[in-house]
Amino acid sequence: MVEPDHHRFDTRALHAGQRPDPVTGSRAVPIHQTTSYVFDSVDHAAGLFNLEISGHLYSRISNPTVAVLEERIASLEGGVGAVCTSSGQAALHLAMATILNAGDHVVASRNIYGGSHNMLNLTMPRFGITTTFVNPRDPQAFDEAIRPETRLVFAETLGNPGIEVLDVAAVSGVAHTHGLPLAVDSTFATPYLMRPIDHGADIVIHSVTKFLGGHGVAIGGVVVDGGRFDWAADGKFPTLSEPYDGYHGITFTEEFGTAALSMRARAEGLRDFGGCMSPANAFYLLQGVETLPVRMARHVDNTLRVVEMLDAHDAVSWISHPCHPSHPDHDLAARLYPKGAGAILSFGVHGGREAGRRFIEAVELASHLANVGDAKTLVIHPGSTTHQQMSAEDLAAAGIGEELIRLSVGLEDPDDICADLSRALRASQRT
Amino acid sequence: MYLEVAGRSAHAATGAMAIDRPEVTDAPLVVLVHGAGMDRTVWSHQTRWLAHHGSRAVAVDLPGHGRSDGPPLGSIAELATWMGDLSDALGGPLHVAGHSMGAFIGLEAAATLGDRIASLVVMGLGASMPVHPDLQAAADADDPLAADLMAGWMHGPDQKFGSNPTPGMSMTGTSRAVIETSPAGVLAGDLALCADYDGAVVAAAAITCPTTVVLGTLDRMTPRRGAQPLVDALGHATVVELATSGHAPMMEDPDAVRSALLGHLFPN
Repeated sequence: MVEPDHHRFDTRALHAGQRPDPVTGSRAVPIHQTTSYVFDSVDHAAGLFNLEISGHLYSRISNPTVAVLEERIASLEGGVGAVCTSSGQAALHLAMATILNAGDHVVASRNIYGGSHNMLNLTMPRFGITTTFVNPRDPQAFDEAIRPETRLVFAETLGNPGIEVLDVAAVSGVAHTHGLPLAVDSTFATPYLMRPIDHGADIVIHSVTKFLGGHGVAIGGVVVDGGRFDWAADGKFPTLSEPYDGYHGITFTEEFGTAALSMRARAEGLRDFGGCMSPANAFYLLQGVETLPVRMARHVDNTLRVVEMLDAHDAVSWISHPCHPSHPDHDLAARLYPKGAGAILSFGVHGGREAGRRFIEAVELASHLANVGDAKTLVIHPGSTTHQQMSAEDLAAAGIGEELIRLSVGLEDPDDICADLSRALRASQRT
Repeated sequence: MYLEVAGRSAHAATGAMAIDRPEVTDAPLVVLVHGAGMDRTVWSHQTRWLAHHGSRAVAVDLPGHGRSDGPPLGSIAELATWMGDLSDALGGPLHVAGHSMGAFIGLEAAATLGDRIASLVVMGLGASMPVHPDLQAAADADDPLAADLMAGWMHGPDQKFGSNPTPGMSMTGTSRAVIETSPAGVLAGDLALCADYDGAVVAAAAITCPTTVVLGTLDRMTPRRGAQPLVDALGHATVVELATSGHAPMMEDPDAVRSALLGHLFPN
């Protein structure tokens, strides 16, 4: 049987979305540090503004450097296109703002990043969009929470911080049965470890800041359009399937079909909300994407070493990572993530909150900060930082105990990572 | 836009510009016809532009494709007859632009429908269109591999890298998604009727309306040399060669195809 004629994943991580600059021959992606682009003629300008022709007109809406990153991530995820944003949170907002209206309802996993939980639980209701949170391990719970006004199902492919593994096919099946799209935040997984669109997801969101960028130097987000969901099937998504006065009555599903979501997200969402990515940040993040396969393989290898060390340490009360046999999603992870289920893990320290604090204070190599997915090993205490706005009940429902430490395993020599953590764990037990 | 053609609902994109506006009554009625397993959206670079540049644009979903009612028709000849029905439904002679299977439909329609076809633009075609047996087998089995093979072959080598004219979009990803979301069996049927059609050169020789042939030099599905018998049979056709384009010039080199359409529709 003949093989498809596409570059493979590792090659696309380096090349997709870019051909060497035809004028200068630049091999690296140039930083197009410009706000705007000279029009060929009045007709050319009018055509760009009216979506009659393609091209760049203003960098809030598109930029050649950002477009390379967008096309590259779309290619890696197997989507039809992508829209980059100023942050991961801007990406989540852009996806929702593109398809939801006041009065709509979301069913979301309860085990998600604290900022996303805040947006859905506290902020979006101000705009008439409400959310019901459910256990991501229970597809039936998604089904039971869906109402007539539900328009979106949302979850993280690997939950934060408990690394709950989403059964993407099962939850997308539930969503599709109700004529709804599944959007997933796949920041922790990256397309190297798992491609949600292959399993039925319709929208993939990333904080590109994290593993895709990989070096902790630039903030960015992306919305990837899977292109398989039929937005016009039953009138539930009028922003895509009905005429829009913002472009002289265009109907995005009619004109752009499988690309309707990404075209509207850019044409309306970036135009009106303006959460665009800067070309300089796109350049920084592209450097990370180019080495994604190499880095993620090392992240996963180091994580296995760290889990092994923690598992044997007397100061550790529990470990939560899908590679560990005690993890409830161990078997699912083995099936969905054959290359490994990421480099974020959480664990508990004997001695509760105080011991956790002593551990954080004692690490020397690992950095205590509010980020994950850096080349460097990072630690944080979510209960007092990333998830502090959540109520005690919500924290408990999300499985975030006071003793929980979240670890983002970096690319240092694994012996050094383990030595640092082991030393800090010993310090955590001294009273 | 939905309209009834031969008793069935047909769907088309019109660039969000109604074709029955009084001010465009005399504008060319341009029907854009997609290829195997595809739909109207392959013409999205041209449809809206034509609609705002002096034409009535109708990027149609063939029967059983996109949002048009099925079932798909079983031969190029039947599809050409359907183009006549479409002309009747739209109420005027058609300027047909066809891609690949749509180009075969255009050839057959222009050869057999007389003055109901005012002019013809074809691209992504040869005198015949043999189908790779592995592609046909995958399509017959509704195997996603078929979409993957098509998406890889239908675009020129540049698209293995990308840099899509539409910022942020993946051309191969879009093509794959369009084929994947077509109803089961549609691609297989389309490929089979392309392979079965042996009347292209005969049809070309019978065509008298103005004709433009757009050829991608890097076309791997219907290589450039395979189109020469058609060009020779047409005799009078304008030939536009696009040096960096593969099998889908309207997607890969949209500016050049718009220019070709402009020159074809408004030669003066």
